[in-house]
Amino acid sequence: MKILVPVKRVIDYNVKPRVKADGSGVDLANVKMSMNPFDEIAVEEALRLKEKGAATEVIVVSIGPAKATETLRTGLAMGADRAIHVAVDDGVEVEPLAVAKILKGIADAESPGLVILGKQAIDDDSNQTGQMLAALMGRPQGTFANTVAVEGDHVVVKREIDGGLETVKLAMPAIVTTDLRLNEPRYASLPNIMKAKSKPLDSKTPADFGVDIAPRLKTLKVAEPPVRQAGVKVADVDELVAKMKALGIA
Amino acid sequence: MKTLVLVEHDNASVKDATLAVVTAAGKLGEVHLLVAGKGCAGVADAAAKIAGVGKVHLADDAAYEHQLPENVAPLVAELMGHHDAFLAPATTTGKNIAPRVAALLDVMQISEIIGIEGDKTFTRPIYAGNAIATVESSDPKLVITVRGTAFDKASSEGGSGTVEAVAATGDSGLSSFVGSELAKSERPELTSAKVIVSGGRALKDADTFKEVILPLADKLNAGVGASRAAVDAGYVPNDYQVGQTGKIVAPEVYIAVGISGAIQHLAGMKDSKTIIAINKDEDAPIFQVADIGLVGDLFKIVPELTGKL
Ligand SMILES: Cc1cc2nc3c(=O)[nH]c(=O)nc-3n(C[C@@H](O)[C@H](O)[C@H](O)COP(=O)(O)OP(=O)(O)OC[C@H]3O[C@@H](n4cnc5c(N)ncnc54)[C@H](O)[C@@H]3O)c2cc1C
Ligand SMILES: Cc1cc2nc3c(=O)[nH]c(=O)nc-3n(C[C@H](O)[C@H](O)[C@H](O)COP(=O)(O)OP(=O)(O)OC[C@H]3O[C@@H](n4cnc5c(N)ncnc54)[C@H](O)[C@@H]3O)c2cc1C
Repeated sequence: MKILVPVKRVIDYNVKPRVKADGSGVDLANVKMSMNPFDEIAVEEALRLKEKGAATEVIVVSIGPAKATETLRTGLAMGADRAIHVAVDDGVEVEPLAVAKILKGIADAESPGLVILGKQAIDDDSNQTGQMLAALMGRPQGTFANTVAVEGDHVVVKREIDGGLETVKLAMPAIVTTDLRLNEPRYASLPNIMKAKSKPLDSKTPADFGVDIAPRLKTLKVAEPPVRQAGVKVADVDELVAKMKALGIA
Repeated sequence: MKTLVLVEHDNASVKDATLAVVTAAGKLGEVHLLVAGKGCAGVADAAAKIAGVGKVHLADDAAYEHQLPENVAPLVAELMGHHDAFLAPATTTGKNIAPRVAALLDVMQISEIIGIEGDKTFTRPIYAGNAIATVESSDPKLVITVRGTAFDKASSEGGSGTVEAVAATGDSGLSSFVGSELAKSERPELTSAKVIVSGGRALKDADTFKEVILPLADKLNAGVGASRAAVDAGYVPNDYQVGQTGKIVAPEVYIAVGISGAIQHLAGMKDSKTIIAINKDEDAPIFQVADIGLVGDLFKIVPELTGKL
């Protein structure tokens, strides 16, 4: 069984994003970029399934500008077998619906048993792509996965939901999206980073899959949120109690 | 515009998360509701009483008992033949179902809106709330998830909607519900609590978290939250996590105990009316957003505070 893992290049989670002065977006020039943290978890899960013998090949995919190949190399260095880069021009943003359509094209060609995605990308925070891909493929989805177990031709997914945890059983092929507690991703070792350079990386374009990536949403502007002002520091618990009484909660 | 709102429920009662979505839908036009579940006629009757509601579509079938998206999404897609906008709460249920509906309709979803600027124009936070984007849809139909803290809750009384049964679209046979482990708690739910006490990594372990945080929360009749670090370390279950990738909360008062204030955490609580922070590091970023800060050792401060309240 093959596992397909879509990975996205995003602003590093340690960087505080700044809105551009002209309100056209977030300033990404000279900002550290990394693999979306949820996608690292997705790659890790795929690798563990392969190590357990539940899968035979792990393919990482990224849709993005030339730099997205760096993210693919990271996936290969973690241990993925090969990569597919679907290239778009610099500065072109591809919406989740179009990403899902491209991924469906790749899934049709590769016939993976599982597609494991992140539950959300930490830049746009859409939380859509996996669910959309599942709908387009007409296959089941296990979102916000906390544990994943392959059992014959089914996959059992324990999901993190608002009230706790829920377990569903899905017929494969199936789509899984990762939550934070699924695993702790490995770091790529230096020898593996070297090895990754010679692993196969295919180049495609959205047109290869007949997908129109014209956006459906137009970003009219991007603004700073209202800033909170720091308040006062109190000296001791008595002062804190007085403040809380004034707020009417004590 | 005719809107269709997904009612969040447990086959017994309407969840509060629905009410803010009704308010958002009301700004767009006529409000219809969908109650999909099993043995949920009582939910539909209660939903019909929500202020401002017109029709309530009731789909009562075993296939919908557990809100499996493989079964619910096709039902919504069919009903969208007669509606212009589908709105769901940005809860784990709404986030699971809405994008699947969007793809079936070939529509780009607008996630977690916090404002409505026009018929097709919405505001939504991106980059963990560090930027607010105004986006305009060019799709013929809208699929939207709504951030509950951004809209007032519609009144659950005073409406006079009519309940209409709709035919089920069947079981996809692709997925099945195995079981759930739901936290049972007498405490207020995080997303509706007036006061929240949250603990971070500094709480050391599950027992210490219980001993230090819970008595304070009890005194204040507060909900209990946590940082990701506290959840990852197993002090509390996953559903306690507040933040960009956990729950978004906006209580009257949020008390952060031993939490540093990473941007991912702030994203989930910075719309709280008043923020109180207790941290031993006077330079902790949490103090930059806190209205009231107290620098010191939480293991001394919190028990003393609990005693004096
Ligand atoms: C300021 C700003 C302005 C924007 N303006 C526009 C615009 O004008 N036009 C426009 O079309 N879009 C625009 N976008 C959206 C675009 O940047 C996002 O990439 C897109 O919406 C994807 O959302 P997401 O990654 O949050 O999806 P999610 O659904 O949150 O992603 C979930 C998962 O899907 C997978 N995935 C997502 N994207 C990819 C990818 N490219 N390659 C491989 N896997 C992927 C990953 O596994 C990821 O973890 C804008 C975004 C921002 C922040
Ligand atoms: C993809 C991704 C998503 C994430 N999503 C979330 C999210 O949704 N929510 C979230 O919270 N985090 C999230 N994080 C994690 C986030 O980046 C931080 O790591 C996390 O919030 C830190 O938790 P903390 O403040 O409890 O721990 P720390 O940062 O370790 O802070 C502990 C604090 O306790 C203080 N302290 C220690 N001892 C004492 C004492 N005795 N008395 C008083 N104070 C004391 C310290 O001064 C310190 O400020 C995410 C990270 C990633 C990469």
